[in-house]
Order: sequence, then C-alpha cells, then structure tokens
Amino acid sequence: MPLLGRVFELTLATYLVGAFASIAVWRRPALARRVCCSAGLTGAILGGFSAILAILRDKPVVWWVPSGIPLFTYSFSYDALAGFFNLALAVLAAAVSIYSFGYLKEFEGKRNIALFGFLFQLLLLSLTVIFTAANAFLFLISWEVGALASYGLVTFYHEDQETRKAGLLYIIMAHIDAGCLLLGFALLINASGSAEFSSFHAIAAHLSTRQQTAAFVLFFLGFGIKAGIIPFHIWLPAAHPVAPSNISALLSGIVIKTGIYGMVRIFVDSLGGVPSWAGLLVLVVGVISAVLGVLYALMEHDLKRLLAYHSIENIGIILMGLGAALIFRVAGHPQLAAVSLIAALFHTLNHAIFKSLLFLGAGSVQHSTGTRNMERLGGLIRPMPITALCFLIGAVAISGLPPLNGFVSEWLTYQSLLAGYGATGGLTRILFPLAGSMLALTGALAAACFVKAFGITFLALPRGAESQHAHEAPRTMLIGMSCLTLACAGLGLGATWFLPAFNTITEQLLGQRVGSSLISAGGVVLSAGTPRSGTVSTAIIAIGLLVVMVPAALLVTMGTKRFGRSRGPVWDCGLPELSAENEYTATAFSKALRMIFSVLYKPRREIQAVFDVSPYYPKEIRFESEIEPTFEKRLYAPLQEFIFRISARMKTIQAGSIHAYLAYIFVVLLLLLLFGVHK
Amino acid sequence: MTRVLINSALQLVLALLVAPLLGGVIKTLKARLQTRRGPGILQSYRDVFKLLRKGMVVPETASWIFSAAPYIVFGTATLVALMIPMTTTHAPLSLFGGVLAVVYLLALGRFFLALGGLDTGSSFGGLGSSREMTISAIAEPAMMLAIFTVALGANSTNLSEMAGAAVSQSWRFLAPSQMLAFAALFIVLIAETGRIPVDNPATHLELTMIHEAMVLEYSGPYLALIEWGSSIKQLVLMTLLVNTFFPYGLSSDWSAQAVSLGLAVYLAKLLLLGGLVVLVETTNAKLRLFRVPELLMVAFILGALALISTFLF
Repeated sequence: MPLLGRVFELTLATYLVGAFASIAVWRRPALARRVCCSAGLTGAILGGFSAILAILRDKPVVWWVPSGIPLFTYSFSYDALAGFFNLALAVLAAAVSIYSFGYLKEFEGKRNIALFGFLFQLLLLSLTVIFTAANAFLFLISWEVGALASYGLVTFYHEDQETRKAGLLYIIMAHIDAGCLLLGFALLINASGSAEFSSFHAIAAHLSTRQQTAAFVLFFLGFGIKAGIIPFHIWLPAAHPVAPSNISALLSGIVIKTGIYGMVRIFVDSLGGVPSWAGLLVLVVGVISAVLGVLYALMEHDLKRLLAYHSIENIGIILMGLGAALIFRVAGHPQLAAVSLIAALFHTLNHAIFKSLLFLGAGSVQHSTGTRNMERLGGLIRPMPITALCFLIGAVAISGLPPLNGFVSEWLTYQSLLAGYGATGGLTRILFPLAGSMLALTGALAAACFVKAFGITFLALPRGAESQHAHEAPRTMLIGMSCLTLACAGLGLGATWFLPAFNTITEQLLGQRVGSSLISAGGVVLSAGTPRSGTVSTAIIAIGLLVVMVPAALLVTMGTKRFGRSRGPVWDCGLPELSAENEYTATAFSKALRMIFSVLYKPRREIQAVFDVSPYYPKEIRFESEIEPTFEKRLYAPLQEFIFRISARMKTIQAGSIHAYLAYIFVVLLLLLLFGVHK
Repeated sequence: MTRVLINSALQLVLALLVAPLLGGVIKTLKARLQTRRGPGILQSYRDVFKLLRKGMVVPETASWIFSAAPYIVFGTATLVALMIPMTTTHAPLSLFGGVLAVVYLLALGRFFLALGGLDTGSSFGGLGSSREMTISAIAEPAMMLAIFTVALGANSTNLSEMAGAAVSQSWRFLAPSQMLAFAALFIVLIAETGRIPVDNPATHLELTMIHEAMVLEYSGPYLALIEWGSSIKQLVLMTLLVNTFFPYGLSSDWSAQAVSLGLAVYLAKLLLLGGLVVLVETTNAKLRLFRVPELLMVAFILGALALISTFLF
C-alpha cells in the first residue's frame, strides 16, 4: 500500500479517536476543548497531506474491504477529485480548529463541549468518507452521518425557539435529499447489479433515455437541495446562521459543497456526461440561484444570514461553470469542458475559503458584541482591527474583485461562458453571453452588499450599546482567520502556480490536461486555454497597483507636510453634535435596491409617529419594514398545508387499534408476496 | 522590453495629462452651449493643483479606510488606463488584463470609495455610497452585454486584440450589432461617469447628488487624487467607446509619423464623443433617482438586441 493509503487511514483514525476522546473527557471541559481542537487540527493536517498526494498521483488509490452484507462494501477510491475536495476540507478544518481553541472557551462550564467535539469530529470524518467513498451505500451512510452530525451542531443552542425550528427544517430537507439520492442510486444499482461506483461507469452508456432522465432528475434534486439551489434553498439561510460560527463556517464552506462534489462525481465521472438539456438546466438554475441569492442577501441585516444567502449566490456561480462543462462535453468540446470544470472547481475552493473566513469574522463580531444585527453594530474597526482587516479581505475576495482569488475563478467562468457562444449552435448560444451578463449583475450586487456588510458593521460610529464595549478576539481566533486570509491572497496572486494542480483531475475525469495551456508568458499570465481568448495576471495587477500608488502617496505626503493635516468634525449641516443615530443604516443602504426590485421583494412598511404640534417634530417614531419571503409564502406554505390536509385524511385509518394495524401488516405482506410470485 | 516601457511611460503621461483636459473641455463646451463663458479648458488642472496645495481635514470618525480609498481610486484608474489602447493598437499592459480586468478594477476603486463614504458616519456619505453602488450594479449587466458583443466578434476579451480586430474591418461599426452595442455602452458611460441625466457633477444639492455626496468629506490632496482618478476613469471609458467601435487612426507600427497621427486622431475622436456627451447633458434634465433604472434597462435591452443581431447577421 502506498504512502497515501497509510496517511488516509491515519486521518480517519484521528477523527474517530478524537470523537471518542472528546466524550471520554467530558468531565473536564477545558481538556475536552483542547482534545477537540487538536484532534481536528491533526486530522486536517493529515487529511491535507493525503489530499496533496492524491492530487499529484496519476492513478487513484483503491481500497476494497468486503462487509458480508450484500451490495455493501467498504470500498474507497482516492482519486484527484477526491483529493481536491479533501484539500478544501483540510484547509477549512485546520483554520476552524485553530479558531475554535479560543472560540469554544466561552462554552466551558456552560455547554457540553464534549458533545460538540464528538459531533465536530464525526462531521469531519463523514465528509472525508463522502469524498472518497466508492460504494453507493457507504456514500449514503456517511451522507446520513454527516447530516445528523450537522443537525446536532446546528441545534447546539437548542434552548432558542428559532434554532429548533431551523434545525427541524434542516433535517426535513436533508432527508428529502437523502431520499432522492437513495432512489437515484437504486436506479443505477438495479441497472448494474452492483453498488460500486465503478460499475455505474460501465453501464452508463446502456441506460435508456427514460432511465437517464430519471437518474439526472433524482441526483440533481438530491445534490441540489444539499447545495442550496433555488427554490430548495430555504433551509440554508435558516440553519447556517443559528449554528455556532465555527460550524457555520464549515457548513457554508464545505458541507454544502458535498452537493457540488456529488454532481461532479455522478454527472461527469460515473454517468460520463448528461444530455445537453440537463447541462442547460444546471446552467439556468445556476443563473437563477446566483441572482436571487444575492438579491435576498442585500435585504438582510443579520450578518450571518446575509452570508448564508451569499452561499446560495456562489453555488449558483459554481453551477454556471459546471453547467457549461456538461454542455461542452456532449457538444464534443472536451478541452472547453475541462476549462469550465476548472472554473467551477476553483470557485468551489475559493468560496470555501472566503466564506468560512467571513463566517469566522462574523463569529468574532458576535463573540465580542453578542449580536449579529448590523443595525446595532458599527465602528468595530477600532476595537477589532485585525478581525476587520480579515473580514475586509474576505469581502473583496467574495465580491470577485482583483487581485484576489474570487476574481480569478469568476474570470475563468466568464471565459468559459464566452467560449460557449462559439462552441454551441442554435438559440442556446445566446444564453451563454446572457448568463455572463447575469454573472456581472451578481458580482456588482455582491460588491454593493459587502460595502454594506463591512461598512455598516466595521466603519463609522457604534450604533448600539453592544458595539461600544467591543474587544478584539483572542489570539487563536485571529490566527485561524489569518490563515484563510493568506489563502485568499495566495490563491489570487499565485493562481497561475496553483492551476496546474487541476491537470490530474481533468485528466482522470475528461482525459484532458489543460492546466498548462491556461498559463502563458513565463507563468504569471493566466489565459483561458484557447489562443487569443483573453489573458489576465493578478500578480502583475497587484504590483502595478502598488507601483502607481507610491508616487501618489509621495504627492500627498509632500502636500500634508507643507500644508498640514488635521482632524475635524464631520459636516453636520449646522446642527451640532452628530451622533450614531444620524448614520446611514443597513436598511437605508439597501433602500434604493429594495425600491428598484420591488416586484421581487414586495416590501411592506409601517410608520407610526406620535407628535404634539406638527408631524414634522415627532416625539416618537415606530418604523417597521419587511419584504415578502416569496418562496416560503408561495411555494412552501401551500405545500405544507397540502401535507397537513393529507395527514388529516390519513388519521382515519390510524385508529389506534392494534388489530387494525396487524391487518394492515398482513395485507401489505400478502401484496408483496403476490408481487414477488408475479415477477 | 524597452519598447514596452517607453510605450507605458508615454501612455501614462497621456492618461494623466489628457484626463483633466478632457474634463475641462467638456465643461467649457457645455458652458458655451448654454451661452455662458465657462471656466476655461484648463480649470481641471487648476483644481487639482490647488487641492494638492491645501491643508487636509480628516473627519474624527474616520478610520484608515477613509485614507486608503483615494489611493485605490487613483491607482486602479491609472492602472486600467495602461490596459486600454489609446493611440496604438498595443496597450502596454494589455497582456495582463483585458476588458474584464478593466471593469473589475474600476469596481475595486468604487468599492473602496463607497466604504470611504460610509466611514465618515455622515448621512451624506452613506447616501452617496448606497446610490453609487446601486446604479453601478444595474449598469453592469448592460455594460457587459455590450462588451461581450464586441468581444465575441473579436474572439477575445483582450483589448489590444479587440482593437486589432476592429482595425482590420473598418466599416464594421455600421453593422446593427455594433451600433446597438455602442448605444448601450454610451448610456452606461453617462451613468458611470455621473453625468446628466443620471447624476449632476455640478451640484451639491443633497437630494440629488450621488458621487459628490460620497466624497463630501474629502479635502485637500485626497480630494485631488479622487478628482484626478475620476477624470482618468472617464477618459478610460470614453477611450473604450471610441477605440473599440471606431478604431481609425490606431497605429500599429512605431514610426513617429504613425504615432503622431494616431495621437491627433485619438484626441479628435475624444473631442467628438465629448461633444456628444455635452449635447446629451444640455438637452436633458436630470432624472429622478428611481427613473434611472429604467434608462439602464433600456441600455440592457439595447445590449441584448446587439447580441441577438450578431447572431442574426
């Protein structure tokens, strides 16, 4: 067995030992916290090492251990794709574990750290197995373990009504998606007679059109719900914000990416491609999720809910790249498909990094002020300078601005969408540049949203008492965030050095090595794979910016030295003593967009003013504003009502009499036997 | 290598010097059209020079973001000026960033300027930031569609390649797709440079201002950098319009004759486009803020039509 195998087994063992060790020391919270975080960190380092080995290898490493149960085997296949997702997992797990040393401290004596540690290790373990499993049942079992572990972590503050409701919604949606996957796998197993992923690959070409359609729909639903695509997203902005922030970072960073992993694994690898309408559907769902995700994010002033909606947006951007890759593959452009797949996967990694960075930043803010409501925050850049800097870098990266990593993957997505115009025929080709323009809208709205998120939270004066006594986060939390901040900068500036890592992935999945054709001019310039398509260099842009800014700084310094620089009060229109109440709020900042997109939001507001003489001098104002939760109201509420109505009907056969139940069982048994004989 | 350096230096000087001049020319033309004398075409130089020699007042509430924003605005504008072909088909930094990098670098400058507006804690700053980010967000898809139409024709998002492709087919601007894309991009230019009917660069009336509200608290050298940066951004966007749609006179060799002819034609084209902007500014009234999205929707539809007509013709 090669080194990779040993390291992988050690990774799984570390998480498993960590899980039970946390439980074992439950009487000593401080020790449990250290065990939990150090096991997470050790596992992450080992997992990251195994991931790098897998990415560098040309051939996957395969394990196969029979279990004695039919169809179920402990079979793993650690290929480059698995390595890539495990690398993302390892980076996040390491940063989150370091962060948690400080973050979990306030749990000591108040909450069950041992249970937290157990669920945390279990989640990391199940994710590692999901990315490497090569047997459908092993995959589904770890999928379920991951869902249950994250349910436990989401409802960690279970005394809160909102948290319990969010947890319930999460577990229901998680089971709908698991159900879809089970049916999808059942279909494939029925066709191939085996539950090994490798057997699916062999029969994929022999599936009938109807089977193909059914398999695509089931897997797209199952993985899509997990990834949070619109309209199945409603659980995501409910569940992610209520979890402890280190867990939110993992949930938005990597847990929803299991959906993306599943789509790549099944659609690109196992099924070896899907019909072109299916690729188109993925692209369109991506566009809708991206635009609506960011539009809903803009209306949030709960910092963590805002970030959760941005996860939906970024899943949309990833699906744009993936959809393009699926379309190009059936259209006979494997090289373009490889470039689009790289765009999607690179954005997956980038989003994992900057979104967990932002969630950790939001966690520091909540840790320090006790609130996530942006209308109560403000001015945190002074008491929390390092958190602010990390959050700012994350905000620039997620807005897709150069020279950071978000820009690189969005740039690649643009290039693959533009290439789609030439590579497809008919009316489909118009769709690609239109999708590109929607990506531009998404990017610009995301920038607006993060101006709001950073500007209202960290700049100007504190708006509430909570943020007046804010303090900087403990050192370990800052180190955790700094690691991810450096990764954002590194993957942005050094993109051309990182991209050849995709060579083995695209080679194993599509038989194409395009990594090196993406790089030109001595390794600093990124190009879109085809000649003359477009080039960019984030490293040169960064250097250029610095070079241009130096003389500007000299000019300003010379001026201020001679003519002075002083601090003065802000212009207050002659009314003295401006206070935080005069500041712009998050609601006010998004007002213009709320008016422009009122068709979507259907905003409602209510103002009640109490005044003595003139309405212009109110003594008291009550203001209420809300937008209509369209999907919840129009789609899910009728659905829920329908289910309740059906359930009420079903009550008539649920008489509570044991005889009736025995009769039901007998009838069902009889029917099954008849069915079996008939077959 | 030396050629690249010389080219960069020339274009840098051109961008830094022509940008304020263009602003001055537009102001003077506008005044003349309204039968005023106007401030003279050198006024923008005087403004920048004056501001550089003034003391600076920084709001007590502001953090380092407030001070960083002017540098980033100026830096991004200057950098993109080197990525866009001005007098020759070869922009010095074209290899390191195409049209997507240009759009996103300008967005980076806007991002920090909007943060600078919020950093002061004044309502005006927040108001300006909010409006600026909103309008630019709505303008972005129209801008990209128009740019894509040109980029698809040239098979590249690289601006030198795009200009080169345009040079080789000199009557291309008569194609319906090009005309529609030009119209879309022109509306976006009006919105992005803050001109009537979207914003009024000459006003400080609190209810209507956008850009000016955002930079209200800036003074002295910082304001000089922002004003200078904004004028360079205006030059870049106008250059994008004139050189991708009307690439006449772009020299492709390095003889003194070709370069000076390129420069003369370039300035003439800018003057014409500036005249068009002045005409629009003089004949229109400023729109209400919530009418602006409709105008930008028109630009988006023009862009979509441009795209569809590339497909048809």
